[in-house]
Amino acid sequence: MSKYTLNVNGQSRTVDVAPDTPMLWVLRDHLDLVGTKFGCGIGQCAACTIHLNGVPTRACLTPVSTVGRMKVTTIEGLDPAGAHPLQQAWCELDVPQCGYCQAGQIMTAAALLKNNPNPNDEDIDGAMAGNLCRCATYMRIRAGIKRAAEIAVTATGGKQPHVAATMEGAK
Amino acid sequence: MPWPKETKYLGKSTPRVEGPAKVSGRAKYTTDVAPAGVLFGVILRSAWPAARIKSINLDKARIAPGIKAAILAHDGEFVVHYYGEELAALAGTSRNAVLDALQLIEVDTEPQPFVVKELDAIKPDAPRVFAEKPNLGEVPTKDTGSIDDAFAQAAAVVENTFSTAIAIHHPMEPHSYAVAFEGDEMTAWASTQGIFSVRDGFARSLGLPQNKVRVICEHMGGGFGAKSSLGAEGRLCASLAQAAGAPVKLALTRFEQALAVGNRPSSFQKLKLAADADGKLTAFQMEGFGTPGFVASAPTAAGGSGVTLPMPYIYKPAATRVKQSGVAINAGASCAMRAPAHPPASFGMESILDQLAAKLGMDPLEIRLKNDPSEIRRREYEIGAEKFGWKQKYRKPGSGPGPVKVGVGCAGAAWMSGGRGTQAEAQIFADGTVEVRVGTQDLGTGSRTVVQVVAAEMLGIDPALITARVGDTRFPPSGTSGGSTTTASVSPAIYDLCENVVAELKKISGLEDPRSANWKQACAKVGPSPLAVTGRWHDGLSTGGACGVQFAEVEVDTETGFVKLRKILAVQDCGTVVNKLTCESQINGGVIMGIGYALYEQRVMDRRSGVVLNPNFETYKLPGIADIPDIEILLLDMPERGVIGVGEPCTIAAASAIANAVANALGVRVTSLPITPDKVLAALGQLPDTGVATALARDLDAAFAQVASAPASTLSPETVA
Repeated sequence: MSKYTLNVNGQSRTVDVAPDTPMLWVLRDHLDLVGTKFGCGIGQCAACTIHLNGVPTRACLTPVSTVGRMKVTTIEGLDPAGAHPLQQAWCELDVPQCGYCQAGQIMTAAALLKNNPNPNDEDIDGAMAGNLCRCATYMRIRAGIKRAAEIAVTATGGKQPHVAATMEGAK
Repeated sequence: MPWPKETKYLGKSTPRVEGPAKVSGRAKYTTDVAPAGVLFGVILRSAWPAARIKSINLDKARIAPGIKAAILAHDGEFVVHYYGEELAALAGTSRNAVLDALQLIEVDTEPQPFVVKELDAIKPDAPRVFAEKPNLGEVPTKDTGSIDDAFAQAAAVVENTFSTAIAIHHPMEPHSYAVAFEGDEMTAWASTQGIFSVRDGFARSLGLPQNKVRVICEHMGGGFGAKSSLGAEGRLCASLAQAAGAPVKLALTRFEQALAVGNRPSSFQKLKLAADADGKLTAFQMEGFGTPGFVASAPTAAGGSGVTLPMPYIYKPAATRVKQSGVAINAGASCAMRAPAHPPASFGMESILDQLAAKLGMDPLEIRLKNDPSEIRRREYEIGAEKFGWKQKYRKPGSGPGPVKVGVGCAGAAWMSGGRGTQAEAQIFADGTVEVRVGTQDLGTGSRTVVQVVAAEMLGIDPALITARVGDTRFPPSGTSGGSTTTASVSPAIYDLCENVVAELKKISGLEDPRSANWKQACAKVGPSPLAVTGRWHDGLSTGGACGVQFAEVEVDTETGFVKLRKILAVQDCGTVVNKLTCESQINGGVIMGIGYALYEQRVMDRRSGVVLNPNFETYKLPGIADIPDIEILLLDMPERGVIGVGEPCTIAAASAIANAVANALGVRVTSLPITPDKVLAALGQLPDTGVATALARDLDAAFAQVASAPASTLSPETVA
């Protein structure tokens, strides 16, 4: 076992775990951040997507020993009030069904919007292709991302998309 | 039906009440709960597709670091029938501890011959899955009318064989349980479609009184039929908790999901269909079989749902002869999967019907309008054809220009749906808020929102005043969420509940109508102790017999064999729509699951090792966002029919419509699902003959001959309601 001090959702958290422990289990078993979900454990479904310095990353394939000082953002930390434009749009358009994969969907989509505040269907399909959803909420994911882009623009009077602010420190 | 005609919430779009919890990570699923001191459970599974298990030695595992309990799945010697069957289970203080200790379990086995392919298993000299019985089960026969005369007199007769692959449910949340005992009380958190069926399963299997077992399912990550009752993993989790004297949680891996918790059976269908010169169907004959896994020949029936197909599906030719059965193989058992038996039945029937239309020179839409006995579906075809532009888009099979060919197809579906006994209770508080409790569960269909919408409509109040609680066996009973029955079971119970609330409030408040504008005033009279009221499902507010049709437009690259979807239109009969948003969500999802069935999904078994070759998402292909075309949904809102569930009917016709569209594009038919590029190229005659196809055809002929010659059993095959 080794001690790791991690920057998770803006807080400093310390865990004592084996170096090869996947971030998925560090978050779920040790930090009680259970919004990040297990879907396959081998990087094939993206349900466990988190951000490392703003980059969408599969928590199940990320050993804690590789995280270092990178900023870890989970669904719980995406927006303190749970009111990120994607979260608003997701509720408004009834994107989630069972909801199990949606933390991963939203984290991937948040990174997309950061880099591309106004994505078209092709951009969305490209970015979201790895995130599986068995309820098959894909139609509404496409619509939800576009709606979130609108919300972000409206919220900032058309100047600085809100999504950029949440991604501070991504580079 | 007495549902209100002018509505404020019913049939409108209300975002699901748990939306904010689900988008923020706050919604608690089974393994998100962690009772104090919870241990991790893990299952040791058979590495043999067939073996006598002589003994299992847990001694070394039991004393390994962190291990708190080690138990056997069965006492004494037993036989395993598939790779992945449960042998033993461990509970320990960490994931690594239990995974390490698994390696220390010693299993003394006598491996036995096995068979994992249907066409091998059906051969008379195949290894038997159960020694007592042949792999081919009883062959029920349905025989109506003079079939031979009908074929002899027909104007057109077509024959073909069709097959569908085994599909796996793969809910994103694996099968999961957490179990805690406190004195003689047991609490289980379960990812389940049926909290009461799981409670009763625990009570039976552990010998506990039913009133000492509580099952909770706050949120669950999908089931699609695979989480309808207590599974072996749940029993083992509870036994581990008993043995360890501590709470245990046990979640399966994706690998285990592919082996041991159900699937949709395969099907092989030899079909023959005839019509008179007007295109009216006159005769239908089928020999069929499929595998529900090892259970087909089990001495006692267990699982295996969906292997006999309701044929000739939605059509009613006067003369029919249907012989079909299940074939046992050494693989995990099937169970209900979203509209069990219907998607393969629809695929076979709608495919041969298109073939017959082509032979008669008829438009596929025309032959359906002529033969579909459902007035609702005929109306849906007409509405859908108009919206889809069928007349403009349809051309004769294979007549499109160029290497990338465009085609269109359509197909219909039926599903029994219907509602059944559900009870609900409410507490009405003096501040005007309402808590409604009903022991249903939310699979992701939005059952809380259904409760809220119906209550808001009936009481004439803001939905925000109503808190709907589900997913706890301490609430009044409701059924398992299967058969698309939840909304049609819950809504009438809430309707009845609200009628009773209004009657009670009238008495208490003295107001003629305590609803709507008078609500706050009426509730103010309730006093410090809330008004408690009950209600129950009754007939007359919900119905069954859901009808739907779908249209598909595809383009097929004749050089690569790749099928690209352009458009799907679903017209779905919904009766009284309760909540448009969640209803459409169901249909979107059902159509897309049908796309997976049509083009991508198939469990592949390895003949030599007996294992599932694709137990993961890289090789078992689920549809992803980039595979999804424009999907349009038309809800046929018929309030006079009452509430009808739509979760299953909407998945049935998708694959059939897509297959027909592919055949329309190519002018040749791919008769096997999923329609993968290699099958398209083979149908076009563009693959070199390696002899494999010929051998397969020979085995298939022999298999059908065996079904045809089997003595008729007294069992009657399934029919469409």
